[in-house]
Amino acid sequence: MKIAIVDYKGGNVQSVLFALERLGVQATLTADHDVLRRADKVLFPGEGEAASAMKELRAQGLDELLPTLTQPFLGICLGMQLLGRHTQEGGGTDMLGILPFDVVRFQSAAPEHKVPHMGWNNLQTLRSPLFEGLSAEDYVYFVHSYYAPVGDYTIAEAAYPAPFSAAVQHENFYAVQFHTEKSGPVGTRILENFLKL
Amino acid sequence: MLTKRIIPCLDVKDGRTVKGVRFEGLRDAGDPVALASRYAREGADELVFLDITATNQKRATLVALVRDVARELDIPFTVGGGIGTISDVEALLMNGADKVSINSAALARPELIDELAARFGSQCIVVAADARFNDADGWQVYTRAGTNNTGRDAVQWCREAADRGAGEILLTSMSNDGTKDGFALDITGAVSRAVTIPVIASGGAGSKQDFTNVFQQAQADAGLAASIFHFGEIGIRELKEHLRRDGIPMRL
Repeated sequence: MKIAIVDYKGGNVQSVLFALERLGVQATLTADHDVLRRADKVLFPGEGEAASAMKELRAQGLDELLPTLTQPFLGICLGMQLLGRHTQEGGGTDMLGILPFDVVRFQSAAPEHKVPHMGWNNLQTLRSPLFEGLSAEDYVYFVHSYYAPVGDYTIAEAAYPAPFSAAVQHENFYAVQFHTEKSGPVGTRILENFLKL
Repeated sequence: MLTKRIIPCLDVKDGRTVKGVRFEGLRDAGDPVALASRYAREGADELVFLDITATNQKRATLVALVRDVARELDIPFTVGGGIGTISDVEALLMNGADKVSINSAALARPELIDELAARFGSQCIVVAADARFNDADGWQVYTRAGTNNTGRDAVQWCREAADRGAGEILLTSMSNDGTKDGFALDITGAVSRAVTIPVIASGGAGSKQDFTNVFQQAQADAGLAASIFHFGEIGIRELKEHLRRDGIPMRL
């Protein structure tokens, strides 16, 4: 199986490479359009800030390529948000528009409600083969200040304190807001489930 | 529901853990990877590695350690200790560290926080503040492993760090550290109320009740400890079960 990770200088991809390595899978980090098109699975991790990520994607023509991919695709963290139409981050940034959501910032409503939403939270209303074998008792690791609201595309929710999209899907495009590669055995299971899609 | 976090801290020197870790069933207690994996299996939510190496090889050994840990560990970890430049941070993050913590370098030049947050994102920049209490000045921030009083008020400094783009505060009470009399609830609560980013409480943990107190009375988001975990005085799992019984959200 050929696994490609989209290389757009989107932060810490080493952890994703190591997580795949622990599953006995070798992945290629690449921005090459042909390699990405021919891969069996494509992973799209990301950390940091949306505007500079979009700039890099555009510089490499990936903003044109990614929406045309047809194999199972997994966005992670910022890699999920970038699939939306627009984000409030950086004074407002247009994104890939593969999924019909707009990303907004958490508002700190109370002193105990810190932003970023950082730490382990449980997944609710799971509705995808991506979460096979998991339940609402399972926790995954989040670090983010912006989120996608719940919509028809939502395949898992988490609450902080109101529900938001912990995972989304449109056709072959799957994406999770949390860090599968840092979510212990639960995250490993989700990665395994993705590799089986 | 977002849980509170339990974070064991490992001191490392020249790529090895130090400070007398005594763990049964661990073939080599000085091996940071073995110890980190064990804590992860027992339910640690995150780990912190504090590097106290003082040699010229520091950076190379630390990067190698980060790589080894990241290869094995499937939970997040933070690396701190003498990190002072953008290139230090970049090398650690690119090799698999999830966050870096900066301390003295941020106090020497606070703009470093802005620069790191802009370059790498706030989510991976932890500002560590070592605070000590005295009757005349209240809680003040110290640097250089607690030898240098900056004369800065702890709450005010943490607020500035947050405003400059820190993603998290690691607050250590030097007045409590090593006492096992409990966390410093007053300063932890004051910092937690003063900033809208998560606060990790450190220094003074001696019992399970100490963790309950710091979460319930001081609104800490995470509790960090070293020796009570290293010496097996409190198991991570039994601690988390205790905290859940006290009504504190925990990942079990």
